[in-house]
Amino acid sequence: MNRLNVELPGLRLKNPIMPASGCFGFGREFSQFYDLSKLGAIMIKATTLEPRFGNPTPRVAETAAGMLNAIGLQNPGLEKVIAEELPWLSQFDVPIIANVAGSVEEDYVAVARKISQAANVKALELNISCPNVKTGGIAFGTIPEVAKQLTRKVKEVSAVPVYVKLSPNVSNIVEMAQAVEAGGADGITMINTLVGMRLDIKTGKPILANLTGGLSGPAIKPIAIRMIYEVSQAVSLPIIGMGGVQSAEDVIEFLYAGASAVAVGTANLVDPLVCPAIIDDLPDVLERLGYEHIKECIGRSWQRDGQFANHRA
Amino acid sequence: MIRKELCKILSQKEIAANIYELRVKATLVDDIRAPGQFVHVRVTNGIDPLLRRPISISAYNQQTEQMTLIYRKEGRGTSLMVQLEPGMELDILGPLGNGFPIEEVSVGETALLVGGGIGVPPLYELSKQLVAKGVNVIHILGFQTKSAVFYEKEFSKNGLTFITTADGTYGRKGFVTDVIKEVSFDCLYTCGPTPMLRAIEQGFPDKRVFLSLEERMACGVGACFACVCQSGDAADTSYKKVCSDGPVFRAGEVVL
Ligand SMILES: Cc1cc2nc3c(=O)[nH]c(=O)nc-3n(C[C@H](O)[C@H](O)[C@H](O)COP(=O)(O)OP(=O)(O)OC[C@H]3O[C@@H](n4cnc5c(N)ncnc54)[C@H](O)[C@@H]3O)c2cc1C
Ligand SMILES: Cc1cc2nc3c(=O)[nH]c(=O)nc-3n(C[C@H](O)[C@H](O)[C@H](O)COP(=O)(O)O)c2cc1C
Ligand code: FES
Repeated sequence: MNRLNVELPGLRLKNPIMPASGCFGFGREFSQFYDLSKLGAIMIKATTLEPRFGNPTPRVAETAAGMLNAIGLQNPGLEKVIAEELPWLSQFDVPIIANVAGSVEEDYVAVARKISQAANVKALELNISCPNVKTGGIAFGTIPEVAKQLTRKVKEVSAVPVYVKLSPNVSNIVEMAQAVEAGGADGITMINTLVGMRLDIKTGKPILANLTGGLSGPAIKPIAIRMIYEVSQAVSLPIIGMGGVQSAEDVIEFLYAGASAVAVGTANLVDPLVCPAIIDDLPDVLERLGYEHIKECIGRSWQRDGQFANHRA
Repeated sequence: MIRKELCKILSQKEIAANIYELRVKATLVDDIRAPGQFVHVRVTNGIDPLLRRPISISAYNQQTEQMTLIYRKEGRGTSLMVQLEPGMELDILGPLGNGFPIEEVSVGETALLVGGGIGVPPLYELSKQLVAKGVNVIHILGFQTKSAVFYEKEFSKNGLTFITTADGTYGRKGFVTDVIKEVSFDCLYTCGPTPMLRAIEQGFPDKRVFLSLEERMACGVGACFACVCQSGDAADTSYKKVCSDGPVFRAGEVVL
């Protein structure tokens, strides 16, 4: 019996584990290490209408139990992603979630329309939350009305379900989630990185050329858990959770908080084999905790007792 | 193939002030293709520090599956590496990147190897392989001060070796670039701080020059776009990744 399969709008996942956008490129590098068909899904690097070179270096700075990045959405552009990356990925039996970014509404719409037609793209992830680009991006992710409007526009043209990726850099995450739900989103992915900064102890100046960067890794996990806990109770959309996941136990914690599937970001950069390792560990962890199926964990943190008929623990 | 492997520590010793030589046994040595490739070292099993540390392979032997890393104790990560002892295991990802092309220089020609500080280590294996091929090698190795000098004897066995120190406490006072003008060569290989690489690149527009770059990395395998630099070809708007397209580039291939 598969104890790990999960179904979400547009996505039949053999397990709930997928690499997060930007931490896996388009999969080529990781295919040297394992068969990508093993993954529940793959969230590919943000795609923009035109190629983007991104920010100057240094683009990464380490922090306690985390890292700051200011890559600046570097990517080869829509045309190349469709002509080269997606066809290459089609050799694997794995649904692709295309991360869509832009600086103005028309860009998002143009990318969404085209990329959602690729055969292996089963869902879009609207990146309205990148902290590392000067225009667009973050505004779409911090003003509820703007987010709602963008979601609606993208929904109109997308051939597949649309998940909206929320930024944690807001004072009221629930309000944002409700706005994209009202805009017609099919799901939510959260959280993107938190804006941070590091200074060089010798020069006194910021380490990152972009000055600020997005914080990711284990350091942000408690924030992600709290936000998913709040949002999952306030909207009826499924959530793909992320933020500092390193282990199968972390995955369970995200499901407890209210996520239905989990993405792994930064951990791939430290251990390229982390996703298959988590997938292999999950059945044992479920067994140990007394669950028949992974779905029994979803929302446990806030559901009333008695809703878990199968739970043996 | 790139492997992630728990490698056995064979020995570790301090060979100059804050400079350590670490020998490990690893099957990933079988896959090393050229001197100048590097490995990505996980300095702790915990989450702090989180990222791996890139360190060049300074020597390797595929018969015995051993390799040597030489590193300077800098910050938190390398300070943790200092605590490694024989018998302990170290999580290493590698071999990574593309090394120095030894096929670019022919038997009987002269190769000049120029290293600055912690850029010296990868030149050692390069020097050995060039000599084995029948190439004459000349080394110019620059250090801050006398106590930081290492491997002078080892390099001297392979060919003429000049040492410079910035403060003049050992060898010639000054920088490697001061000595380069005095020697003639056919091909130049170099690794060290970016200002040094830039000066060398500008100084010899007509020669075959290969530079090994440093950039802050996360994944080390080409997936995250942390370590990029701009292509030297102005018509080409693409980018190069130091970790997977480099770290060694032909002069002019990327903007320093
Ligand atoms: C391809 C390559 C090969 C290298 N080979 C060697 C070698 O053979 N011997 C050696 O001593 N050093 C080498 N370095 C430099 C070495 O990676 C850094 O000295 C080391 O990462 C410092 O880590 P730390 O934790 O001690 O310092 P910290 O300053 O605490 O490190 C903080 C962060 O900055 C990064 N960082 C700091 N300095 C550098 C640097 N110069 N280059 C890249 N990232 C840096 C670290 O990896 C870490 O993520 C190489 C670097 C690269 C890119
Ligand atoms: C190097 C790097 C690049 C990223 N690039 C993107 C991106 O292109 N699009 C996006 O939506 N999120 C991007 N993210 C955010 C991650 O997808 C994820 O939301 C975040 O890092 C939190 O998860 P983690 O702690 O597991 O990394 C990036 C993160 C990192 C570390
Ligand atoms: S370090 Fe990730 S692409 Fe080079």
